[in-house]
Amino acid sequence: MLNRKYLPVIVTVGLFLLMFAAGSLRYDGFFSFQVILNLLIDNAYLLITAVGMTFVIVSGGIDLSVGSMIALTTMVSASLVQEHGWPPGVVIPLVLCMGSAFGWLMGAIIHYFKIQPFIVTLAGMFLARGLCYVISLNTITIDNPFYTTMAQTKVRLPGGDTVSISVIIALVVVIAALYLAHYTRFGRSVYAIGGSEQSALLMGLPIARTKILVYTFSGFCSSLAGVVFTFYMLSGYGLHAVGTELDTIAAVVIGGTLLTGGVGFVAGTFFGVLIQGVIQTIISFEGTLSSWWTKIVIGLLLFLFILLQRLLSAKGRQAVRT
Amino acid sequence: MQDNEPILQMTGIHKRFPGVTALSGVSFRLFPGEVHALMGENGAGKSTLIKVLTGVYSIDEGTVTLGGSKVAARSPLEAQALGISTVYQEVNLCPNLTVAENVFVGREPRRFGRILWKEMNRKATELLRERLHLDIDVTLPLQDYSVAVQQLVAIARALNISSKVLILDEPTSSLDRGEVEQLFRVMRKLKQEGLAILFVTHFLDQVYEISDRITILRNGEFVGEYPAADLPRLELVSRMIGKEVELLERRIRGEASAADRTIPVAAAKGLGRKGAIEPFDLAIHQGEVVGLAGLLGSGRTEAARLFFGADRSDQGRLELSGAEATSISPRSALDKGIAFCSENRKTEGIIEDLTVRENIILALQATRGWFRAISRKRQDEIALEYIRLLNINPPDPEQLIRNLSGGNQQKVILARWLLTQPKLLILDEPTRGIDIGAKAEIQKLVMTLSERGMAFLFISSELEEVLRVSDRIAVLRDRRIVKEIAEPDINQQNVMQAIAGG
Repeated sequence: MLNRKYLPVIVTVGLFLLMFAAGSLRYDGFFSFQVILNLLIDNAYLLITAVGMTFVIVSGGIDLSVGSMIALTTMVSASLVQEHGWPPGVVIPLVLCMGSAFGWLMGAIIHYFKIQPFIVTLAGMFLARGLCYVISLNTITIDNPFYTTMAQTKVRLPGGDTVSISVIIALVVVIAALYLAHYTRFGRSVYAIGGSEQSALLMGLPIARTKILVYTFSGFCSSLAGVVFTFYMLSGYGLHAVGTELDTIAAVVIGGTLLTGGVGFVAGTFFGVLIQGVIQTIISFEGTLSSWWTKIVIGLLLFLFILLQRLLSAKGRQAVRT
Repeated sequence: MQDNEPILQMTGIHKRFPGVTALSGVSFRLFPGEVHALMGENGAGKSTLIKVLTGVYSIDEGTVTLGGSKVAARSPLEAQALGISTVYQEVNLCPNLTVAENVFVGREPRRFGRILWKEMNRKATELLRERLHLDIDVTLPLQDYSVAVQQLVAIARALNISSKVLILDEPTSSLDRGEVEQLFRVMRKLKQEGLAILFVTHFLDQVYEISDRITILRNGEFVGEYPAADLPRLELVSRMIGKEVELLERRIRGEASAADRTIPVAAAKGLGRKGAIEPFDLAIHQGEVVGLAGLLGSGRTEAARLFFGADRSDQGRLELSGAEATSISPRSALDKGIAFCSENRKTEGIIEDLTVRENIILALQATRGWFRAISRKRQDEIALEYIRLLNINPPDPEQLIRNLSGGNQQKVILARWLLTQPKLLILDEPTRGIDIGAKAEIQKLVMTLSERGMAFLFISSELEEVLRVSDRIAVLRDRRIVKEIAEPDINQQNVMQAIAGG
């Protein structure tokens, strides 16, 4: 029998296929592998961020700082590369360390001072966004050859379709995260903490280390997403990725992860991001619709998924022998 | 059994907290291959002793030896490593993980850091089947199984850490009879395998059913250690509470009582809810105590919740004081004089961070509406009055309720509902997990109040208690009211027969 816990993910995948099929029937040129690849190209940064967010939400937390972290990463990268002439080989590891350290700090505050993740990461969100404007009020355009190369290089796949380097990075992150979530003690501890932190503690799991690592990982992912976003935009700007934290949470939830923690899949998140992408694509193919329809559809989908999860968990309780 | 050396020996244990001595000079021995019951009223020091043993608290004085060598665990984790594992009343596992993971999480079989799922599932299946006689699909989430199975999984986890001493802290509180049997079978088997089991429970029947020896604590002091077979029940109880038990006589009331039997306070006519309780008829009159007896899961709570509108009925109707009450909700039920005291004291009853006074006032304030505040002076009067009336200890209205013992918390909740002067008070397991003294007080209170005209719907897992307080008993089996027993037929034999069926 099919395990009930996979149902939300199956629904997500089914929904993606359905939307893609609908788009293919309605629009010429929609049904192609390249369209799917384009979804990934445009949303690589979102995918990377969402992978980190999946771990945070599964652990029972939330990270609101990811959008601002992306912006701060673009800003620091652009400033160091463009205005100070640092080599990208130094700048990129540096910003990744910065993002991880930022996440680590938030995780440590959340754990040791027992403060709700919502408020700590909200503070982190304002802090990171504000720091962008300390560096510059305006856009810093990047024309460093490394960045432009990264932006323009197309990796040719067998069959002639192309993807950007960012997509490769994003897919590597997804695969690494799948392994991390399902085949390592760290991953299983995250699920255990999300299920019941008190129990996890009594079962002797390393709560402090795991929780802090989860936020560190999310910080790392969002700064990596920032690097990818820099490739995509070729600029640093304080208004980059505004509201991305909410898109990310939406993608994770549509991917079948429970906001209460303990249940969720990286694979689901992958399709959650693709669904967001496919909605955008359909709306751009439609041509006449405002891009805000994306938000409307995502809003409706979120309602749908939250209700679905509620129904499923209610069923789950009934299934328990009485 | 008795001739070998004890695996665990605690001698002269002292533990003081600011202002209180929780344990003074307590000794405890545990032999391999025995089930040893630790008995005492709430506050006797049972939990403290266990916490000292498992490293939650440090020891002020005294020694603990395990297998002949002196040990001092500083955390539950260290205790586990020494071979002392604890399974608590509330199952401390992760409901979202699979059964196999719950047994192994933190110690999964791995190769090069990669978790070997197949091996883990196989080992878990074997462990559960061979040591606990439990043949279940270990790849399903734990939450798909009943509390009893979850408890067994918790034991499996403990055993897997090569346990020498297994502490079961009130494991049976939320199990029904069949599940308790299952647990006991496992305990007997583990005992034969040489495990030493420390068993804490409030149920006397269970103590005598499973235990080899009994150690009694009272007020943090060691009273004695006895073979279970040589200690009669009455003596056990009197040693626990330190005086002769004031055994409550079962009430027998003549027809001449003040009760008004014409129009029932509440009457269910074919009332039911799909999947919860089959349609039933039940009338409760003024001044009457109607008991609901039946096994856990037989639909007792479900039936009671329909009277209060906590769940919506989908069949039949409810009449309150002769008038039909359509679509009743807890709020309108309160208005009509029905109060409900839930079985989940912790989650549905007390508000932990409020004081005793605030907890008492809560329901009265709610019925008055939030814009007509009760004056502070009046609140203090009310709180003191009920603290005195119900003998709530400590008698301090400003104490946070979370600092009170279970029995006293229960009294506060009772006070809360009594204050609204209900015509019908529904009590769902009002005495669960509280000590014998407080139990007797609550039973007495129910009787006194019913004599003054209040009606009660009384639910309890303890049959003796239902028998003692009820004027009439409705027996439930498999979500159906199968029989109503009234005087003079109320006795254990009749009720048991109805519960068992056939």
